[in-house]
Amino acid sequence: MSTVSRSTAKHEQMAGAALDVAAVRSDFPILHQHVQGKPLVYLDNAATSQKPAAVIEAVARYYREYNSNIHRGVHTLSERATEAYEGAREKLRAFLNAASTREIVMLRGATEAVNLVAQSFVRPRVGPGDEILITEMEHHSNIVPWQLVRDQTGCSLKVAPIDDRGELVVEEFERLLGPRTRFVGIGHVSNALGTVNDVRHLVTLAHERDVPVLVDGAQAVPHMAVDVRALGCDFYALSGHKMYGPTGIGALYGREALLEDMPPYQGGGDMIRMVTFERTVYNELPYKFEAGTPNIAGGIGLGAAVDYLASVGMGRIAAHEQALMAYASERLAAVEGLRIIGTATHKAGVISFVMEDIHPHDLGTIVDAEGVAIRTGHHCAMPVMERFGVPATARASFGLYNTQEEVDTLARALERAREVFA
Amino acid sequence: MDLKSLYQDIIVDHNRSPRNFRRIEGATRRIDGYNPLCGDRITLYVKLSGDVIEDVSFEGSGCAISTASASLMTETLKGRRVEEAEQLFQSMHDLLTREDSGVDPDSLGKLAALEGVRDYPSRVKCATLCWHTLHSALQGDDQPVTTE
Repeated sequence: MSTVSRSTAKHEQMAGAALDVAAVRSDFPILHQHVQGKPLVYLDNAATSQKPAAVIEAVARYYREYNSNIHRGVHTLSERATEAYEGAREKLRAFLNAASTREIVMLRGATEAVNLVAQSFVRPRVGPGDEILITEMEHHSNIVPWQLVRDQTGCSLKVAPIDDRGELVVEEFERLLGPRTRFVGIGHVSNALGTVNDVRHLVTLAHERDVPVLVDGAQAVPHMAVDVRALGCDFYALSGHKMYGPTGIGALYGREALLEDMPPYQGGGDMIRMVTFERTVYNELPYKFEAGTPNIAGGIGLGAAVDYLASVGMGRIAAHEQALMAYASERLAAVEGLRIIGTATHKAGVISFVMEDIHPHDLGTIVDAEGVAIRTGHHCAMPVMERFGVPATARASFGLYNTQEEVDTLARALERAREVFA
Repeated sequence: MDLKSLYQDIIVDHNRSPRNFRRIEGATRRIDGYNPLCGDRITLYVKLSGDVIEDVSFEGSGCAISTASASLMTETLKGRRVEEAEQLFQSMHDLLTREDSGVDPDSLGKLAALEGVRDYPSRVKCATLCWHTLHSALQGDDQPVTTE
């Protein structure tokens, strides 16, 4: 138990104080390198975040010391692996403040979580004339699963609009919550604009009409404390790799009563209690939804990521990132010809922008030459691009280890882009 | 890598003032090309007189590399025979995608300015989109071309 506890101890020493960004940066081995001869400035955290040594070590230790399958082995290694994997589930439960680990389904990521709810919960409950309501700012993974259900059932998909600042038009959302609305899917934080939705209020509006709500939290969990019971949502989806955990692992929170009622999403091992050729008795929650040998190493790594976030403190992370967002918004807006896309009052983690006469792809290449990694393109949110009339944007997205100096480096690199095209 | 090898003066110039950036009324072929990865779009117009490219032009939006590449392509193609254009397509494709293509950049005139793109794998499709679109147009296709 070396790395996790060491790192925990280090951060606890500064409890109450602001986040010590130098200490945090020393936890992330990948940050200490040069790219194109320049110190790496990693500002593509909304695509995927870097991993602290505690996560890398947890994954390596599983493979090096106790790799084995979980849940059915009676030998020592299997028991250790089961304990670590189920321990990660408990950590996720506490992280989200869910009532029980029966409500935490471990999956490949937020995308699989949304698909599970679409197919297992919504699909059997809708038909022609029924409606599913989403918003205009959704990531494709909170659009396409609902289009599949629409095409399978003949129900329709309604889209609540956003305004010029990239905020949801709540009156329109409320108006679209009609007598035939059967389900609502909303993003907690927009990956393309950074907008933070007032999820608690939107859930209240939906629940007043007895409509269940799924929240896509992939972009929220790295940036703020999330309490699913306080939000009141019925389902909450997250991806491990965006919260400093491994790729290929994530989770779905679902209210137990709803999960209990849902048929399995996939069939296979681990999700059954008993199988004959006549019938199968499904396993209890949450295993009913976890067919096949899971991503054990990923789950254990995600547990380590939750520990890491807890040791730094989500409140401290949120405060650090909010200060950084405020600084970056001002610094970037000062770059000649730069326009920020998405100017909501409440934003987290993401600043999307375009520059006069310079295509985002050219910007991406030019700032890379300065060691700066940003994302350019449509960010898997093509309807958002259409809404703002741009083919693509450049996007700087922040994590707990980013600094004001890195924002300055980005701003200087963007100014250099103007020189290249002058 | 030196950015100047990618964004040479001629590329910056053709991006700022693209040549043949217009529609051709009564074009023999009109075809759309699309790079879904970055959203680059091009509409290519070709007017043939027998097997000679009498006029060629484009419209659309994209990054500097894709705009300059299309501009340079149209400038080079005017008055060429279809067979020559197809040879150029092959040469450009090889030059941009293969280290050991054996294509002599000097034989390509201004088009050689795009050679630096080869060092930026994520940008190669920006430069080749217009050429793939041309290839389809000359084949007589009328389906939109995508780079994916």
